[in-house]
Amino acid sequence: MSSDTSSAKAIGDVEGVSLYDVDNPAPYIEAPRKRTGKTPRSTRGNFEMAAWLFMRLSGIVLVVLVIGHLLIQLVLDGGVSKIGFAFVAGRWASPFWQVWDLLMLWLAMLHGANGLRTVINDYAERANTRLWLKGLLYTATVFTILLGTLVIFTFDPNIR
Amino acid sequence: MPAGTLYRGREGMWSWVAHRVTGVLIFFFLFVHVLDTALVRVSPEAYDDVVATYKTPIVALLEYGLVAAILFHALNGLRVIAVDFWSKGPRHQKAMLWWVMGIWFVLMVGALYPVLGHAAAELFGK
Repeated sequence: MSSDTSSAKAIGDVEGVSLYDVDNPAPYIEAPRKRTGKTPRSTRGNFEMAAWLFMRLSGIVLVVLVIGHLLIQLVLDGGVSKIGFAFVAGRWASPFWQVWDLLMLWLAMLHGANGLRTVINDYAERANTRLWLKGLLYTATVFTILLGTLVIFTFDPNIR
Repeated sequence: MPAGTLYRGREGMWSWVAHRVTGVLIFFFLFVHVLDTALVRVSPEAYDDVVATYKTPIVALLEYGLVAAILFHALNGLRVIAVDFWSKGPRHQKAMLWWVMGIWFVLMVGALYPVLGHAAAELFGK
């Protein structure tokens, strides 16, 4: 042990000899991005954390809704063969299935849109490309959610 | 000879890739599916016409692929949640992927007849 001071050392022998001690402290380095009076309380929102949490919460609900949907449409009671206007009319006569489909539509569209937003952010390198792809994504998402919602709420079994 | 420098990952990376690919595929199908369902607001005939294509053998095969993508995305999504929220999740992530693949395989075998049975009957007779 080579030690020229009696105080506790900040660094060990492996790293080298300490230049500083209690009487000769290391110069103070200001923290990067130090908060000042002008700094807003939060420099960014919690959007990404909320999106991360939404993916997990909506994912759990969607597992139930979508696998139930697949079971009804593709497996039970003759599978896809039974599907037609009459089958849809029968299902949407019940508020339970209207709510089921509405919830599935909104959660799946938002879950998928946020997933694709992540994919665009990851692979589109130019800012302009990201802007246009996300513009297209949000437009298509809003259109599809509104169309689907309108169809569920205005469905008329006696259209003909 | 130096080893390749391209990162090829292992179970963790490939399940992440598969999760992305299946997610994007499911999302694109969802757009089409909301549009075809919207035809119930046009007329019963228009809706039944487009649903008739869903009953053809080729589209039945696509439906089986859709079921495969959705089941993987659902099961692996639950694994991701377990890795994120369960304290022992990261340690068991690899074992959980094999559980995902095992359950996926069993469900896919179970879906074989319900999803593809009518197509086989149409192609090869009853």
